[in-house]
Amino acid sequence: MVDENTAVSVENASKHFRLRHTHSLKESLAWTAQRRARFEDFVALAPLDLEIPRGESVALLGRNGSGKSTLLKLIAGVMTPDTGRVRVRGRLAGLLEVGAGFHPDLTGRENVHLNASILGMRPEQVEARFDDIVGFADIGPFLDTQVRFYSSGMFLRLAFAVAVHTDPDVFLVDEILAVGDEAFRDKCLLRIEELSAQGRTLVVVSHDLDLMERLCLRGVVLDKGRVVVDGPVERAVRHLRVPR
Amino acid sequence: MTAAAEAGLVVQGTGGGLREVLGRRHLLSMLVHKELRVRYRASVLGLGWTYVKPAVQFAVYFVALGLVLRQNALGDYAVYLFGGLVVVTSLSEALANGTRSVVANGELVRKIFLPRELFPVSSVCVAAVHLVPQLVVLLVGCVLAGWLPDAAGLLALVAGLALIGVLALGLGLLLSAVNVLYRDVENVVDLVLMVLVWTSPVLYPWQLVADLLGPDSWLFTLYQLNPVTVAVELVHRGTWATASPENLAQMPPDLAVHTVVAFVVSGALVLVGQRMFRRMSGRFAQEL
Repeated sequence: MVDENTAVSVENASKHFRLRHTHSLKESLAWTAQRRARFEDFVALAPLDLEIPRGESVALLGRNGSGKSTLLKLIAGVMTPDTGRVRVRGRLAGLLEVGAGFHPDLTGRENVHLNASILGMRPEQVEARFDDIVGFADIGPFLDTQVRFYSSGMFLRLAFAVAVHTDPDVFLVDEILAVGDEAFRDKCLLRIEELSAQGRTLVVVSHDLDLMERLCLRGVVLDKGRVVVDGPVERAVRHLRVPR
Repeated sequence: MTAAAEAGLVVQGTGGGLREVLGRRHLLSMLVHKELRVRYRASVLGLGWTYVKPAVQFAVYFVALGLVLRQNALGDYAVYLFGGLVVVTSLSEALANGTRSVVANGELVRKIFLPRELFPVSSVCVAAVHLVPQLVVLLVGCVLAGWLPDAAGLLALVAGLALIGVLALGLGLLLSAVNVLYRDVENVVDLVLMVLVWTSPVLYPWQLVADLLGPDSWLFTLYQLNPVTVAVELVHRGTWATASPENLAQMPPDLAVHTVVAFVVSGALVLVGQRMFRRMSGRFAQEL
């Protein structure tokens, strides 16, 4: 199953959460006295297997709460699975949210340096790509302004620019393509397609089905933490478009 | 499934602990820089506040305890007092911020994987940066008091500062991890930090405690083996003890033995803290 070409390997991975109903000692005493369960188990991912070969672009689809983001977080290593294991080959960049790690009180320039090194770039790499990043974000004279004064569009542009210049082998993208205006969105998509064409592995979560058809070849549909469709992206999209 | 096929496939998110932090020193320095920038944003005095706060604290204690309660019968009381305060305030700052560090960076912890040990470690580093100006003031005070440093004393000073660092690192790792699950921890820590200045010979000489508890009682032994007490006495040995000739005789006996014990205890705390941190870090993302 696993061979040299595997970029992401998910084996028998499951994740469940405990939903706590009580958040204080007083509440938990009251609930216990009333004999109500203080916890509820929520299965986010049933044991799940997924192999992604190097260079493939995979769309993770499904309704809200189907486990897409949980799976992405397991791949990113932000969460650990309850059972099984999740492994990745090569350098990984997770864009689970644009701008995580940006600090509003630092200037754009400082944030580029900070965020790039959070995403795993070495200082000399940041130095070498700094002009590319700033050029891509195209925020002009605001580079040395504190990020708190940015418009939300400018903020996202800068954050996205840093993320797509980190040169990952495996690129995780979670619902972030709703950034900026039409022109910038196209620029982002082109950049992602370029990364994909360079043979980098892409895992994308989005509800935008048209976009998914454009970016990905393979589609995986999750429902209640299980894989219900795994095949060409057209089939996956058709599955979701059919009214039930 | 061949071995070659398996090679290179890595489970993400199993941090290499403190060793991995060393590998990402650049990121650590960026985080420390960020912390310092953010703390003094839009403030005119900026890093100058690191002088003002200890100065006020020092003045209050010096007037209340030194002048009013006559503790300044102890020679060079100002140097004695400030030396101890430097230790306690640095440790307090490192622990108060370290305990909150993982929760405060929850955004990052949930979104991007990076060695989470970086957060408590950077809190300790920030406290170390703030320690530097205080140390300069302390040494200037020593010189004014007629400081004649000796090699053993300087070694003790360095050892004392190192001891605070190790202690803060171990406790910071442990407390920041537990604080993710039980936010009560940060309140308990604040409470303990409030008492800290009184449980070591910072404001008064150690002989008073020896008289109270009895020099051979196990309580007094415990008091003396407290790593904070040891750090305070080591700094006293490096600064106050050589400020005037008669001070050296008033240092507590067996300081060398206590130092070894304190380093062993603190070192063990780092190991325990790191283990606990690693075990619990898998749950950070879902608890924040």
